[in-house]
Amino acid sequence: MKYLDEYREEHIAKALAAEINQRTTQPWVLMEICGGQTHTIMRYGLDDLLPANLELVHGPGCPVCVTPLETIDKAIELAARPDVILVSYGDMLRVPGSRSDLFRAKAQGADVRITYSPMEAVTIARSRPDRKIVFLAIGFETTAPANAMAAWQAKREGLTNLSLLVSHVLVPPAIRALMASSSNRVQGFIAPGHVCTIMGCSEYDSLVQDFQVPIVVGGFEPVDLFQSVLMLVKQLEAGEAKLENQYVRSVSYQGNLPAQKIMTDVFEIADQKWRGLGVIPQSGLRLRKEYASYDANLKFELQELCVDEPAECISAQVLQGLKKPTDCPVFGMRCTPENPLGAPMVSSEGACAAYYHYRRHSVAV
Amino acid sequence: MSTNTILDLACPTPLPARDTILLGHGSGGKLSAALVRDIFLPALSNPALARLDDQAIVQINGQRLAMTTDSFVVKPLFFPGGDIGSLAVHGTVNDLAMGGAVPLFLSAAFIIEEGFPMEQLRRIVNSMHEAAKAAGVEIVTGDTKVVEKGKGDGLFINTTGIGTVPAGVELSADRAQPGDKVLLSGTIGDHGIAILAQREGLEFETTIESDSAALHTLVAAMLAASAEIRCMRDPTRGGVSSTLNEIAQQSHVGIELQESAIRVREQVCGACELLGLDPLYVANEGRLIAIVAPDAADAVLHAMKAHPLGVSATIIGTVTDVHSGLVTMRTSLGTSRVVDMLAGDQLPRIC
Repeated sequence: MKYLDEYREEHIAKALAAEINQRTTQPWVLMEICGGQTHTIMRYGLDDLLPANLELVHGPGCPVCVTPLETIDKAIELAARPDVILVSYGDMLRVPGSRSDLFRAKAQGADVRITYSPMEAVTIARSRPDRKIVFLAIGFETTAPANAMAAWQAKREGLTNLSLLVSHVLVPPAIRALMASSSNRVQGFIAPGHVCTIMGCSEYDSLVQDFQVPIVVGGFEPVDLFQSVLMLVKQLEAGEAKLENQYVRSVSYQGNLPAQKIMTDVFEIADQKWRGLGVIPQSGLRLRKEYASYDANLKFELQELCVDEPAECISAQVLQGLKKPTDCPVFGMRCTPENPLGAPMVSSEGACAAYYHYRRHSVAV
Repeated sequence: MSTNTILDLACPTPLPARDTILLGHGSGGKLSAALVRDIFLPALSNPALARLDDQAIVQINGQRLAMTTDSFVVKPLFFPGGDIGSLAVHGTVNDLAMGGAVPLFLSAAFIIEEGFPMEQLRRIVNSMHEAAKAAGVEIVTGDTKVVEKGKGDGLFINTTGIGTVPAGVELSADRAQPGDKVLLSGTIGDHGIAILAQREGLEFETTIESDSAALHTLVAAMLAASAEIRCMRDPTRGGVSSTLNEIAQQSHVGIELQESAIRVREQVCGACELLGLDPLYVANEGRLIAIVAPDAADAVLHAMKAHPLGVSATIIGTVTDVHSGLVTMRTSLGTSRVVDMLAGDQLPRIC
């Protein structure tokens, strides 16, 4: 299939891997931000083809994983109300909150619907004026414009029965928090190509300048990832720190300006809690005042919750690249995708789940 | 710890054991297996059931009979390449055929929701008749129940089938041995994607048709080519991955697949990429997997390719004596990964 096969081509991927091996003269620690990139690395075993002294650590870029427990609990509480239809992206349904998940809420009679597009929530709101429709609006900058569009369209149509339970996270503040941490090990980043398709590369310039860290905006196929790693290795070996764009077939410097406009029309930047990492300043989005009547937190007068993760879960270290999933004593034992204890095991794109799904044969479980 | 709670939250502990039935319990994945292991087998256990194959093989007066039952709850009822009626016949014929049986007789039970259009029921029953005639089986008994409006989802069909097992045929998922070859009769994912494309809320158009078909003549051709076939399975719900995981677990062997040998139509591949699905977990209704002794693999493959339902057959892997109970895959880059069994249904990814 065009735009896919050539980026999975064995001889191109292996030639890139060989060049990475040849150019790597000292140990480097690189982080891919996005869960989709982690998924590809594990699925294709890309790290098996890299030199032993080049370590890939896996970032916090799985939107399902980093959605706070509190948001899941609120969604379940809302879904259980008889007058509510809760609309969600599919992979949120299995994510456990503190006591249940949306699949179980559904089994107990909650009206929970899976959608591919937030606009479907608008369609439901239009056709069901007798019900309150709540859209679980989560994700990174990638899904923010489409989620914003749902609120914008509802407001335009004067629909009063739609609201959004928002838990949006932003990539650059997370990179800043990782780099500012005294325990940071990461020496180069593969930035998420889909996020940058929306936002462009420009906002990563200041990170490169402030921390003198190389950043390459990368795609999601094996050839994309090897090429991104090679670009980072070349910079690191040459002592450089630049912003480069590997994913040129999708990402421009300025990004998608109309998408950015709808985002900023509807949302504003706010402090945000990340599951496994805690609150990162100015790292999330919330609805602007003009959209207050579409905020499920206000509409349903939901109180703020604060819930702790299980103490034995090392997800904070995993999400910062300080530890590998397999370093965790409960990995694959008490913590599995069927019974996840922490953020990176809950979605297939979380680092722990990726190791569990694809690497169980090469680690002792 | 919790501060202002609305739910009387405590520090989260692992969720308690599943106390209610979830949709995932019907997915053919780990939750389905747990239901069989924890609820059905302990209560109903007997040697025929304990084989856990697609059909039971029982003896009556020296004659070996295969018996199977299956319920069909597909939405939509009509889809490109078939409907719930033809699917019910094909599914039941195939469950018998995977035991090497000659399918003979079927029952059909209908659970119909009040208000269901008579014209649709007529079309579905005619379709069952056509499918049964083409497969050479007869529907010899049936039952009808009508439930109140809102207490069913249009129409559910249950079918039971019986057939005879020829002498010398011994197929079971616990017979795979290291060195055996894994054969697959065609492209994967056609049925699941054809159904998905018809669902509400998914606005994409394809010309993909379900692969729904009765496989018993293909099975007969394969058995005629060699007696060294250990096991056959049709990879329906849960897809190729779940079926192979079951065989690996029941035979206490590993299975290594070659990614490049597994064929996926370009349209199916495209739909899966868009929807964030892996074709290895998408349902098929007219494909079979056979585990064949190494010396017989070429002869069986040749027989498959000579049959209209097996022209795209390939050898997709080998049974091994490492990683017992696990399915692994040699990727297109030459690396190795696990092909896991999913807990429940495959979920569309957010991005």
